[in-house]
Amino acid sequence: MLALRDVTKTFGARVAVDHVSLTVERGSTRVLLGSSGSGKSTILRLILGLLRPDGGQISVDGGMGYVVQEGALYPHLTARQNATLPARAEEWTAARMAARLDALAKLVGLEPALLDLYPGELSGGQRQRVGLARALMLDPPVLLLDEPLGALDPISRAELQTHLVGIFRELGKTVLLVTHDVREAFLFGSTITLLNNGRVVQEGTFEDLARRPAEPYVAEFLRAQAPPPNMTAYL
Amino acid sequence: MTPRRLAALLAIALAALGPAAAWAATPARVGSKSFTESYVVAEIVAQVAEQVGEAPMERKLGLGGTGIAYGALASGEIDIYPEYTGTISHAILKDASVTTVDALRARLRPLGLTISDPLGFANTYALAVARDTAARLGLRTISDLARHPGLSAAFDAGFLERDDGWPGLRRHYGLQLARVIGMEHALTYQAVASGHVDVIDVFSTDGQLARFDLVVLEDDRHFFPDYAAVLLARASLPERLPRTWTALQQRLAGRIDNATMARLNAEVELDHRTFAQAAAAFLGDREAARPTRRRDLIGDVGKLTLEHLALVAVSLVVAVAIGLPLGLLAARHRVVGQVELMGIGVLQTIPALALLAFMIPLFGIGKLPALVALSLYALLPIVRNTYAGVTSLDRQLVDMAAVMRLGRWQRLAWIELPLASVTIMAGVKTAAVLTVGTATLAAFIGGGGYGTLIVSGLALNDVRMILAGAIPAALMALAIHVAFEALDRLVVPRPLHGARGTAR
Repeated sequence: MLALRDVTKTFGARVAVDHVSLTVERGSTRVLLGSSGSGKSTILRLILGLLRPDGGQISVDGGMGYVVQEGALYPHLTARQNATLPARAEEWTAARMAARLDALAKLVGLEPALLDLYPGELSGGQRQRVGLARALMLDPPVLLLDEPLGALDPISRAELQTHLVGIFRELGKTVLLVTHDVREAFLFGSTITLLNNGRVVQEGTFEDLARRPAEPYVAEFLRAQAPPPNMTAYL
Repeated sequence: MTPRRLAALLAIALAALGPAAAWAATPARVGSKSFTESYVVAEIVAQVAEQVGEAPMERKLGLGGTGIAYGALASGEIDIYPEYTGTISHAILKDASVTTVDALRARLRPLGLTISDPLGFANTYALAVARDTAARLGLRTISDLARHPGLSAAFDAGFLERDDGWPGLRRHYGLQLARVIGMEHALTYQAVASGHVDVIDVFSTDGQLARFDLVVLEDDRHFFPDYAAVLLARASLPERLPRTWTALQQRLAGRIDNATMARLNAEVELDHRTFAQAAAAFLGDREAARPTRRRDLIGDVGKLTLEHLALVAVSLVVAVAIGLPLGLLAARHRVVGQVELMGIGVLQTIPALALLAFMIPLFGIGKLPALVALSLYALLPIVRNTYAGVTSLDRQLVDMAAVMRLGRWQRLAWIELPLASVTIMAGVKTAAVLTVGTATLAAFIGGGGYGTLIVSGLALNDVRMILAGAIPAALMALAIHVAFEALDRLVVPRPLHGARGTAR
């Protein structure tokens, strides 16, 4: 389980996170939806302990895996070295690391031949799969993803979206995923938390948000990303 | 051990080495400043002492100017070197009223120093005219010039401006010359020899006087301060080596007059004899004095290359060993970092020669102080680039390491150092190339290397010899640049090749 109670974070005069409370049940996926500057990435960094909150409590049971846009892979290490880095820090044996990576590569859809390439030699989608394998390396119960698909081309993006939904369900992870993309929120989130200016505007299913917007901003945000009605007819 | 504690320990260890180095040697050590006359007299002293055979002689010649040579004597790094009474009273005792030998001895005694009786010559400003001019106008003294207001003069810029030069001289003697022009000293000899001017300023023992057949006018009203040559020695020398001291007094005091010294200077500067040959000629050792082409120093280029390379390599290794932890420390603690970078910046503003001089009281002369000074000089680019390399890493990559809960050393070894390696290596490369140049100054404190040729070449006004030191130094800088490109391939992880360090 992952819980935030009344968490606040300011940078100078700017309030980045404004009294946010949030609970993600074990094994469920939560989407943090919002435009840039809404405070959603700051919330992840607070949960990870990279930032200290000014007020409120954060509790996480167990270790966390972290996936960010573009993967944040180390350019001087191969895909294999990148993915196994957390295990190396834990002093796993080489055999154990190799076995674990084999299994993970299959899970995230990475061909074994790619594992010995450097990040600069991989495509964006491949890098993201390596980043995901690294986050899953130690099998943490909680997974935090910050716009994990943001930098991908539309086709790899759609492909990886479906893939990820399957993985999360299969592994039973507690997932918190940050995105600004309404379509992605719809695909991933049984529950969605919409943020604006560091504040939780509304929390609920996609249907709740679409049908019963708590503020005009909710409807405005969803509508802004909807395809034009006459466009879907062609697809 | 923290880097800070390591640095403190190192400082203590180095400080302890200074006095130790001073006690280690037992032979008598003769020094000289880095100009011809000082080299020649020091060589004469060494040869006399060797003939006495009371103790082995060690030559530590070419120790820059008064500051370095006197510093070496005061700290016990050398036992004796040629000095001038005027320099002792003005620059060392800082009391112009002390002039006589007895007074000087009395004042030097509390410092643990003494002087020999005057050797006979004095190196002082003087005025010179061509021999035929002197004969034609009957010029013998400076006073005689007052009777010939139609004469013209060319003076060195320094002499023209200094109050103990032309302005004071003119007042003292009431001189009036038709035309006085400023001119580079080396060119004034040609000007007076060709008759373009009548009077020039010279040093009384200048080797050029004989070559251009000039006559020095007597300072009959004693304007120029007395720069009589003496041997300045540690008071322990006459006690330790009484026979050597007596021989020096008997064979040298009052035995080298201005003309003799000028001739010896000319033998070295104009006839290309070695200092040792000129000294042997004076002492009547025909065999040792036989002139060979004086190129033995240039023949030493191989040995000097090794010395120079050792200076650069050792100081660079020390600078990296200290600079890398300092750079990392600066990156970790912002306040410590700023103070540290400022401190090292200030260090860099100290002129290299001054830094070398400061090293003498602490570490004596020779390789050790040179290495300490060079290491300090090489710090800045290494510390700066390490700091810049580590603080400018992609924040996401740094955060990720924290999220993965890598330990402090794992983070450093696996992530930060490899990623910053391009920038750090750029700093080390800059330091290496700079050190090749700065190391040429080591010769001023007896540190060896290519600077030995440059310092001697400057003393002899021998461009060939200067170039024999300067060109290999430039080639070494190039070679080191190329070698570092190769080293980059080894140190920097392959995927980062081609990435360029931004911080310089």
